[in-house]
Amino acid sequence: MSAIVYTGASQFVAIDMWREPLPIILLVVTTLGVSMRHVLMSASIARHLSPIKKAWHPFIIYFLTDEAWAIAERRALVRPLTLGYFLGVAVPLWPTWFLSSALGAFLGKALGDPAVIGLDFAFAAMFIAILVGFWKGPRTGAVIAASAIAAVLGKLNLPGPWFIMLGGITGVVVAVLVHEEREA
Amino acid sequence: MTGIFAIHWQWLLAIVLMGLMVYTTRFSGLLLMRGVEVKGRMKAELDAVPPSVLTAVIAPTVFMTGHAETIAAVLTAVVAVFRAPLLVTILTGVVSVVALRGLGV
Repeated sequence: MSAIVYTGASQFVAIDMWREPLPIILLVVTTLGVSMRHVLMSASIARHLSPIKKAWHPFIIYFLTDEAWAIAERRALVRPLTLGYFLGVAVPLWPTWFLSSALGAFLGKALGDPAVIGLDFAFAAMFIAILVGFWKGPRTGAVIAASAIAAVLGKLNLPGPWFIMLGGITGVVVAVLVHEEREA
Repeated sequence: MTGIFAIHWQWLLAIVLMGLMVYTTRFSGLLLMRGVEVKGRMKAELDAVPPSVLTAVIAPTVFMTGHAETIAAVLTAVVAVFRAPLLVTILTGVVSVVALRGLGV
């Protein structure tokens, strides 16, 4: 499952719903909902993929995890993306992901609670580090603030991970608003 | 024997279909942007996607888990602003969240 459904968020949700008889349609629809953020992500990375041959695009986009996307976007701020860079960032994550999933399945509870060594926070810390790199002044602040508020409200009021879409789109809408203000 | 086999056939189907959904969302952005010239307002929108989505993903962890997570997030951001290497920044977050939880914050 980790090798094919290559995304953590959908897998966690799916495991919660995994019972007999298997609710296949519900699983598929939920996965689609959880993964909607990828539409935003691949749309934003698309313009940075132009230095890479078109034939590669359908292949490399399979490996567009949140992490690989974040690092590739950050890199694109500094210099053009190359095939080697993208593959180097994105592909090693794939076997790491499904091999450690398998390892976790065997070791299971013997590992204890990852919160004890703060591993649960590592992902947030990495995203904060990358986020800071996108700072381009107060307008970025407005985007971040809007997204954070909308995401928190979404988390409180919407089912599942829809808060990501709500926050993501709110931030983009605010970006458009401040953008037009600047030009007027 | 057949029973177990039938169940696993369904599992495989579910997993393949779910994988297909994820791939579809990842590929659709490329299709969407095909032939679109990126400038002006469109550029502002796309430029905002990374900071906006990154924020949305972590906002509940940072603001809704507890004081320890919020403070650790601020410390992580401060270290990141001073251009510390990625690994150092992540370690700052992880170590400070453990310390703050240990202190009962």
